[in-house]
Amino acid sequence: MKTDQKLQRITAFFAVAVIAVAAGAGLLRADDPLKIGFVYVSPIGDAGWTYQHELGRQAIIAEFGDRIDTSYVESVPEGADAERVIRQLAADGNTLIFTTSFGYMNPTIKVARQFPNVTFAHATGYKRSDNVSTYLARFYEGRYLTGIVAGSMTKSNIIGYVAAFPIPEVVRGINAFTRGARSVNPDIEVRVVWVSSWYDPGKEREAAEALIDQGADVVTQHTDSTAVVQAAQDREVYAIGYHSDMSKYGPDAHLTASTHVWNGYYIDSVNAVLGGGASSTDVWGGIAQDMVELAPLNDAVPADVRAQVETAREAISNGELHPFAGPVNDNSGTERVPAGEVLSDGDLLSMDYYVEGVQGTLP
Amino acid sequence: MLLRLEPRQTSSKWMQYATPLIAAALTVITGVILFTALGRDPFLALYTFFVRPLTSVYGIGEWAIKATPLLLCAVGLSVGFRGNVWNIGAEGQLTMGAICGGGVALAFWGNEGIWLLPLMLIAGAAGGLAWGAIPAILKNRFNANEILTSLMLTYVAIQFLGYLVHGPWRDPDGFNFPETRLFNDYGLMPVLVEGTRLHAGVILAVIVTIIVWIFMSRTFQGFKVQVAGQAPAAAAYAGYSQKGVVLLSFLVSGALAGLAGISEVSGTIGQLQPVVSPGYGFAAIIVAFLGRLHPFGIVLASLLMSLMYLGGESLQINLNLPLAVTGVFQGLLLFFVLGSEVLVRYRIKLTATPKEA
Repeated sequence: MKTDQKLQRITAFFAVAVIAVAAGAGLLRADDPLKIGFVYVSPIGDAGWTYQHELGRQAIIAEFGDRIDTSYVESVPEGADAERVIRQLAADGNTLIFTTSFGYMNPTIKVARQFPNVTFAHATGYKRSDNVSTYLARFYEGRYLTGIVAGSMTKSNIIGYVAAFPIPEVVRGINAFTRGARSVNPDIEVRVVWVSSWYDPGKEREAAEALIDQGADVVTQHTDSTAVVQAAQDREVYAIGYHSDMSKYGPDAHLTASTHVWNGYYIDSVNAVLGGGASSTDVWGGIAQDMVELAPLNDAVPADVRAQVETAREAISNGELHPFAGPVNDNSGTERVPAGEVLSDGDLLSMDYYVEGVQGTLP
Repeated sequence: MLLRLEPRQTSSKWMQYATPLIAAALTVITGVILFTALGRDPFLALYTFFVRPLTSVYGIGEWAIKATPLLLCAVGLSVGFRGNVWNIGAEGQLTMGAICGGGVALAFWGNEGIWLLPLMLIAGAAGGLAWGAIPAILKNRFNANEILTSLMLTYVAIQFLGYLVHGPWRDPDGFNFPETRLFNDYGLMPVLVEGTRLHAGVILAVIVTIIVWIFMSRTFQGFKVQVAGQAPAAAAYAGYSQKGVVLLSFLVSGALAGLAGISEVSGTIGQLQPVVSPGYGFAAIIVAFLGRLHPFGIVLASLLMSLMYLGGESLQINLNLPLAVTGVFQGLLLFFVLGSEVLVRYRIKLTATPKEA
């Protein structure tokens, strides 16, 4: 009898203790800031792909203050190391993790399976799961607009394009740019040099110089550094930036840039997690969603071109203009999209041909 | 005045064991200064760098698998370095190993069996071996500098991998993104400890290290390599073939780098991508010297190097330090270790500047 009572008392004590601890933990958790981790593929620097994501991180800090606690890891290679870094972030209590490069796709999916209570968002990929969202921007819309600027400003009708890898994303940019340029100047020819690296200022510079030597008087790039803009400044030709506004690297050369804006997406994602309503989404926004913007136009760009760009910008934004509205021919003359149709998202995502106006063949 | 490094006649045995400790002490002291200057708790920072990565079973697993490719490459390279043969292209041989081994996994995709992984390992080692043989043959036939040829072949291998994953080997369901299919389970290294990524490649690396140690210290071939390195004239006089040493060194280091490549691809990545190694083949050169070209020293050196990578990430994640700072700290650590190593074996001598110079 006595032991029974004792047992009861002990049990009751433990029950109360457990409840108290759980309640305390619950309270603590409610007050704890939401921990958010970012995985970057390159150093932040002060322009480029990673820099734009860093601006997004700073935007959520400005928006949510001490309700969140962010951290990031720079220059994480897209191989075996990515999985460890992502997992480490999850294990250290980050409940929202942004992995910002294509090569993090499989590691993100793998780690997400082990951490079902953590929300992951992977940029530029195509694999999703219950707790993995994907996000991407319609960069090609910005490319089309910068193509209009380049096509209006060239005298030699040769435009140079320094590109990293022939993946659909990059090819789509080249094609949209070319179509934009040819919409104002059908004699345009775009020449592409592949440098096989996302970030190699030396090689990018050499490629830009080679294109300028071939007569290009406007150059642009789909790589991460500012080397192409700087080369254009030194050689006194025009340049179109990418990722970030790169005007301070070539005040005379830099006509404009197609820039990425992740701020809104990141703020929405944090709100979703804070509100407890995070679900797996697939975001692919463009100019209309403010995910793609044009950097301020250089003073050298005349008023009629500015007006033309603005008209096209509005038309894309309200859906009247699609950069890949038919007829779209590839550069061997085969019709890819008949008149009256537009290229589907699926075809956009796996684009593997050059449109008319781009020189050469895809490697 | 000129500074000159002069070999010490006798380097004290005591100092040889003390150097790592001196280097560690110097690193800790500079670390404390560096982190204090940055306004962080220096001891928390040192803990975060050296200890925190290893506070979980998963972390220890990561430590070992990050050291594995470094160990395989460095042990192979040490054979050549001992024999005065300079293979700088382990990164390329590693890449070729990944290509050949990964190619086997892709070739049999859909009808695998238990035999697949051993076949991949053999193919990987063979790929690295063949790629390593090229500079050796060029050296022996045409006396081409092996430092240049092996380095240049690295870029050829990386470009070749790029071509394959962008072209013929691209995942047919992958929206034209440059990566191959994911290997099926038979093509993946078995995981040793549940909940970690610790894979059988680690065991492979340890076995290989022991074999190389036996080879270098207990066999006639190994002896020949050492003589060729330390006293080329004596080796020639004894009739040891210098060409044989060059070929042997490149075949061994190439095969081991290839093994590192396929172990990495089948152990941690699970597919081929444009980049399979963040520079293990180059880092292994440092690791080999850090380990004094001795297989067991190299085990310690690759563990240190691996911990440096993990510690750098840990500092970024937990203390929000930027990559530049963690890079400086890693550089300091290497500087002190290699620097004290040099000063034990050499002394600095001031000499008068020669008049005409």
